[in-house]
Amino acid sequence: MDRETPVHLLKTKRGEPVTLLEAISEALFEEMSRDDRVFLMGEDIGVYGGAFKVTRDFLGHFGPQRVIDTPIAEGGFTGAAAGAAHMGLRPVVEMQFMDFISPAYDVITNYIATSHYRGAGPMPLVIRGPVGGGNRGGPFHSQNVEMAFFHTPGLKIVYPSTAYDAKGLLKAAIRDDNPVIFEEHKGLYRAPALREVLPDEDYIVPLGKARTVREGTDVTVVSYGAMVHKCVEAADIIEQEDGGSLEILDLRTLLPLDEGAIVESVKKTGKLLIVHEDTRTGGIAGEIAIRVSEKAFEWLDGPILRVTAIDAPVPYSGSLEDYFLPQTDDVVTAARYLAAY
Amino acid sequence: MYGALCLTRAAEERLDLLQKQGHVEGGVYRSLGQEAGAVGAAFALRRRTDGTGDFLSATTRAAGALFLFGGEVVDFFRQYLGRGTGPTRGRGANLYWSDYEKGFVGGVSPLGTMVEVMAGITLSFSLRDEDRVGMVFYGDGASSTGAWHEGLNVAAALRCPLIVMVENNQWAFSTPTSGNTRVSSFTEKGPGYGIGASSVDGTDVLAVFDTVRRAAALARSGEGAQLVDLQYFRRLGHAQHDPQDYVDPALIDEWQKKDPLDRFRAFLASDAWATNEELVAIEEGAFEECRSAAEQVLAESLPTGADAGCDVYSDLITPRPWTRADTPDPMLA
Repeated sequence: MDRETPVHLLKTKRGEPVTLLEAISEALFEEMSRDDRVFLMGEDIGVYGGAFKVTRDFLGHFGPQRVIDTPIAEGGFTGAAAGAAHMGLRPVVEMQFMDFISPAYDVITNYIATSHYRGAGPMPLVIRGPVGGGNRGGPFHSQNVEMAFFHTPGLKIVYPSTAYDAKGLLKAAIRDDNPVIFEEHKGLYRAPALREVLPDEDYIVPLGKARTVREGTDVTVVSYGAMVHKCVEAADIIEQEDGGSLEILDLRTLLPLDEGAIVESVKKTGKLLIVHEDTRTGGIAGEIAIRVSEKAFEWLDGPILRVTAIDAPVPYSGSLEDYFLPQTDDVVTAARYLAAY
Repeated sequence: MYGALCLTRAAEERLDLLQKQGHVEGGVYRSLGQEAGAVGAAFALRRRTDGTGDFLSATTRAAGALFLFGGEVVDFFRQYLGRGTGPTRGRGANLYWSDYEKGFVGGVSPLGTMVEVMAGITLSFSLRDEDRVGMVFYGDGASSTGAWHEGLNVAAALRCPLIVMVENNQWAFSTPTSGNTRVSSFTEKGPGYGIGASSVDGTDVLAVFDTVRRAAALARSGEGAQLVDLQYFRRLGHAQHDPQDYVDPALIDEWQKKDPLDRFRAFLASDAWATNEELVAIEEGAFEECRSAAEQVLAESLPTGADAGCDVYSDLITPRPWTRADTPDPMLA
């Protein structure tokens, strides 16, 4: 590629810290630069650079053959991406907001997820986009979509919480031969506290591996996405006020689930709290609880508990949304309950 | 061309027989009366085996097109009989299997999806500047789905070289076409997408060939997506289990007079393109090919049950249920 890299994508090269959003942009840019089979499809990703500007200046650099503005047809262009993947390309589809993935549910679950199993070859396809609440986005710009797809064998689901992981996981997802749903919490996109200097060499974070955010002895707290940061806040509070220690696991990949890391930690602490921003019923906490029941029942010294959003659509008004979402205090309360159990 | 028509019918009749004998795992879908639509259309495309030719997505009622693109009759039976030797190893049903070198992709049962997928396959042709077109078959009922619309709209807007074939056989299971759309011909939908559309007697194999040849030339020349409306009649039920008692028998009799094989045979004989002996040889050849293929497949085995947990991912194995272990223990699952 003879065109110069846009300046805003050179921060890591210059040793400057990047936000989670910039880390995602860099991952896309670097993967498109190293592999000309990688291309982007989505709504308003070209001239406009995407609703959150993740692909700003990509069109000028890579051209309209590799940065394709599509009609507003999530099912249509996701299905088209699957067709392109059959032909050896490696599409990365952007959902403008992940809430709008629902029109593509049919093609993702019935076609894309079953493709490899049906002998139709690899399906190197990434579907990425912003998720999550806390931004007063209302019912249709705030949802977490993981559990709509968690029940579909054949898919992988990734949900990073840091800039480092976001970049490494997205690169791994693009290089993976299976379809990956990649969720980006919009509240983390430009969070100043998450800015970090990333390695200036090519790296990936392997899919399917959880990360121990903090070691501890009293309670295992399993979380992912934006909630990881609330769990860290809660751990600080408990450490300062109670002298207790929480062990925090960031799942990073939800499917496949890193069962081994969870079980190992539970065997160490004997207590398990699961924290997710997604709603309660049918949330991933249920699956984690049954896995721990199967594999570590004898090690449990208390009930498996969860802190989640309430079972409701995501409300718009701030007072409602703050009530809807799990807060740091909820994590503190639950962890204290378990620690004392 | 006549051979492909005969092969389609012989394969489906053999399949019918295999099902009556209890060998078919699932349902059987016939294309009686629609054979010329698939055969004439496929003949109009470039069929190659090295991954450079045109591309097909067929339905269960377009077996003739699949055979012309190199789909093997023996694999057709393996699929329906759920054999582990088949191209999807017993996982997929019907004629839904893929061979990208030969140029076809297997469909799925939710209707309309393959218009979306074929939009992307043909988009990849234009992105790489390859001189190839794609063709996707769907019944008239599928045109009611959002996927059909979205796929066609994406193909039209992005100028994908895709030909969308409407198998307008007048029935979507038990619902007549009038219950699926207000238009009297699917060519009326063309202008709504800004694409070319044509209609043809789907029982006339040469007319289909000619119509699709012109549509393919337009698609190839940069005009983008095209629509072809095949007008004919589904002379059997939706599937083998459907007695079709909602159809006026007089209509079926009427359309039987326009049987695509009879029509083309009469044409070949009357214009002395072929002698009766030559035509009989073609018919007997198709029958024998299907008979021996079925015999071969019947001797092949079903897949091992545990194969059900393989290939869900390219790099992961689905664990065996712990209750099936020699020493059942959930901790070891």
